Amino acid sequence: MLKTEYIGVKNIEGPFILVENVSGAGCGELVEIIDSDGKTRHGQVKTVGKNAILVQVFNGTGRLVPKTTSVRFLGRPLEVTLSENMLGRTFNGLGEPRDGLGTIYGGKKVDINGLPLNPTARQYPKNCIHTGISAIDTLTSLIRGQKLPIFSGNGLPHNQLAVQIATQSEISGDEQFAVVFAGIGIKHDDAAFFTRELAAKGDSSNIVTFLNLADEPVIERIATPRMALTTAEYLAYELGMHVLVIMTDITNYCEALRELGSAAGEVPSRKGYPAYLYSDLASLYERAGIVRGSAGSITQLPILSMPNDDITHPIPDLTGYITEGQITLSRELDSKNIYPPIGVLTSLSRLMKDSIGEGYTRKDHPSVSSQLFASYSRAREIRSLAEVVGEDELSADDRKLLQFGELFENKFLAQGKRETRSIDESLDTAWEILKTLPKTELTRVSAQEIEEHAKG
Amino acid sequence: MNDKNKTGIVSFVSGPVVKAENMGGFAVREVVYVGRQKLTGEIINIENDEATIQIYEDSSGLTTGEQVMGSGEAVSVEIGPGLLGSFFDGIGRPLDKLLQLHGKYIMPGTTVSMLDKEKLWDVTPVAKEGDTISGGSVLATVQETPLLLHKIMAPPDAEGKLTWVAPAGNHAGKETIARYINTAGKEIEIPMIQRWPVRTARPYAKRLLPDKPFITGQRVIDCLFPMAKGGTACVPGGFGTGKTVTQHQLAKWGDAQVVIYIGCGERGNEMTDVLEQFPVLEDPHSGRPLMERTILIANTSNMPVAAREASIYTGITLGEYFRDMGYDVAIMADSTSRWAEALRELSGRLEEIPAEEGFPAYLPSRLAEFYERAGRVLTLNGSTGSITVIGAVSPPGGDFTEPVTRHTKRFIRCFWELDRNLANARHYPAISWTDSYSEYADELSSWFCENIDPRWTEIRTQARAILAADVKIQQIINLVGEDVLPDDQRLTSFVAHLIKNGFLQQNSFTSDSCCSPEKTFRILDTVLHFYNEAMKLVKIGVPVSVVKDNEAVSELVRLRETTDSNPSACDELKERLTAHLRRIETEYTKETGADSDA
Repeated sequence: MLKTEYIGVKNIEGPFILVENVSGAGCGELVEIIDSDGKTRHGQVKTVGKNAILVQVFNGTGRLVPKTTSVRFLGRPLEVTLSENMLGRTFNGLGEPRDGLGTIYGGKKVDINGLPLNPTARQYPKNCIHTGISAIDTLTSLIRGQKLPIFSGNGLPHNQLAVQIATQSEISGDEQFAVVFAGIGIKHDDAAFFTRELAAKGDSSNIVTFLNLADEPVIERIATPRMALTTAEYLAYELGMHVLVIMTDITNYCEALRELGSAAGEVPSRKGYPAYLYSDLASLYERAGIVRGSAGSITQLPILSMPNDDITHPIPDLTGYITEGQITLSRELDSKNIYPPIGVLTSLSRLMKDSIGEGYTRKDHPSVSSQLFASYSRAREIRSLAEVVGEDELSADDRKLLQFGELFENKFLAQGKRETRSIDESLDTAWEILKTLPKTELTRVSAQEIEEHAKG
Repeated sequence: MNDKNKTGIVSFVSGPVVKAENMGGFAVREVVYVGRQKLTGEIINIENDEATIQIYEDSSGLTTGEQVMGSGEAVSVEIGPGLLGSFFDGIGRPLDKLLQLHGKYIMPGTTVSMLDKEKLWDVTPVAKEGDTISGGSVLATVQETPLLLHKIMAPPDAEGKLTWVAPAGNHAGKETIARYINTAGKEIEIPMIQRWPVRTARPYAKRLLPDKPFITGQRVIDCLFPMAKGGTACVPGGFGTGKTVTQHQLAKWGDAQVVIYIGCGERGNEMTDVLEQFPVLEDPHSGRPLMERTILIANTSNMPVAAREASIYTGITLGEYFRDMGYDVAIMADSTSRWAEALRELSGRLEEIPAEEGFPAYLPSRLAEFYERAGRVLTLNGSTGSITVIGAVSPPGGDFTEPVTRHTKRFIRCFWELDRNLANARHYPAISWTDSYSEYADELSSWFCENIDPRWTEIRTQARAILAADVKIQQIINLVGEDVLPDDQRLTSFVAHLIKNGFLQQNSFTSDSCCSPEKTFRILDTVLHFYNEAMKLVKIGVPVSVVKDNEAVSELVRLRETTDSNPSACDELKERLTAHLRRIETEYTKETGADSDA
């Protein structure tokens, strides 16, 4: 494609510029915009009309003068340069180094949008990642190749939990492990926390970081997770590494989409978010997985702060429909000082069913987890009943369940920020507290399992 | 439609919506190939000389001035031997062939024929030269899989006298299977593999009453909210309530000869799961791999949105083709909400005036068109076939008042609502027994009474009554606690607990995954036997705690497992329960020495 330079643009509105009389520019193509000072910024073609082309400018349209601005169409989409040397480095939302260590040369350039994976090329994820956190390992197992978001709220320790998962996750044998971290519109302090913690506990040469901070251009937030995922695909499918992608915060990403959508004059859907929010989020989340015949895998751990702790808000709602479960953090548990404050009843791991039990974790795992869910759910019901009628009115069995609820939260859920528990330890603790229940409550475990684990 | 060698010029591109000029010679709904990459698209409307086209693939890089080529045909599927066991995308491209051609990613601009036309099939002719045929007449058969005899039929508009029929033996898919002279005296060839436009329903002779049950192997459905062959149902539920697991269960164990599973805007890994499981799982009726009766259609959430809109039509058209052979077909569409959202997304890009929540005003009529293609019918060739449609609905925020759920409810007759609280307690299937309904229950009760047990309707009614009474009792318990309840209500609440945990709950990972109607009856009958006998004792003043206090009572919740290994477990338990209750009765009457005449 010709790299003709067009001088002068017709319209500048929000992050968009309208360029007239352009021929041959394609949808999604990368654009260079040169302002009157000769400085270059980047943009992307949004729509192509017969006479005019709408370009979305990445670094904002501030200080652009319509008459003197010149525009160059590059004939290629937004790309990231991939190479092994990326490990240990930090980049901005457009893939440019921000750690002052210079440009990466010699890598190959790849379109960050990726292509949809053929479902027949996928391999169904079946290997548990052992995180050392009882609530996750026992009740919402994280599987290699899964996308399991943390649904959190402002002020809850989601960052701490993400770091603990990333650093404690065990990969068996001599397989290579890498973390790709995408900070999307996050605070400087949060970015510093992640950089510090990941480097302190893990091997920092295994981490690739992409950062777009809260005060940096909104539009780069759209590119940041795609940069990270394209890098992860390279590490996983070409270098054969097991990659854990942490993306935070998905809410910032969706806010950016809404901001740009309304600037472009699109018809909004629920709560002003664009109608394509589902498809757009899917184009990120669906890039997790395992491809048949390649050694690596991509596991995603997106962090999402629910606006007003509302799980029915479009962002957590649509995310939940795409991801393979969710880990929700509970403000109630957090205020009781329980860490990690995982609200297990609303948490779920969809891929867990095929990856636990005999030959994977431990034979009694499926029934124990089912029993814990059932009994804790019952304990919570009784707790709210006790609040109304008073504890004295409860039957003896119900009082036992009430007590079970407390044990579950304080002995099973709660653990130290650096404490790792093996799956055996977690399951044994579970039996320890299940033992306190009346036998009629143990409907989900078999008589034989009770005999084996809950004697006396 | 019209001549193929016409071209238009792209004048506007916005994601999957493209406008093109010089399109006067094209037809609305015609398939077109756009640009250098030959992206497949469909014409939505034509105004003056300008057409609006929806593109079924990623349109990145497409620009103005590129060419648009016609195909002369609406979006169509190929119908013929080779469909079963296949895995297609939303517009019918075989995904395994795409994998061979392009590797792990789906590349834009690929055209692959849906069926392998070179593959040889062992054809047995049924009709012979000189026979008079009409639409749907069976000309020949092919044993497509050990489970299904594929009937090659005359197209619905055919009428005339056969002049030639292919002889018995191996024939390739591309070959002609028969020739006939139509009423106008023209000789017409009938190929083995034919084509049919997906947006047009295939004709049938007459609709029949849906009075045969569609047995699903799920107790809560078969017993409380039964489904009919040719019926329509929807499974609404927020995320994580088990829509997909329910759909998978129905696809695995539903008693249909052909199952078409449409993964519409859902997860890639779920389709992979089906793809890995179905070839290994056995059909409970024939013992053959499930894949031999299954067709998968997938437009996962990251695949182009326009093809998502087409995918459910692709699925139901294939279903109609097998129905016309006289088979019972079940179609699972997971999820119809994603289809509706695809409609909304495209409508938004077309700048149409939105109705509720941004959905186009024609959403209800599109839903109706889809669900009305289900039904039990007398086909053109006089056989009986059915299409059962089960659509999952994913209401945003779990709110069942949203447009897709509300309008779907107008066109379906079975409503299996998934309950968030049940799912959180890991009670699966999380089908709510209070808010679900089945309009087929009455029409099907005579079948169950004749074929399973004469008391089927009776125990179903009683179980529902106990569950309904329990809802009220639970409200009281939540206000004042259990201790103040009269004993008969405590017994009802206890038995409701048994029904919920020992009967309605079903583990899809054990041998209990598929439960025969006979077993369903046996378990419920045993539980209710206990209830009725125990109630008699409670009525004469025996405390519930005494009635409950026996090993046999706690075994009631495990009956669903024990009865698998020991078919007489139910009868044995019934006897032990009776013995236990008799003992109490004797002791109690002895103690009180009271009014009992013993």
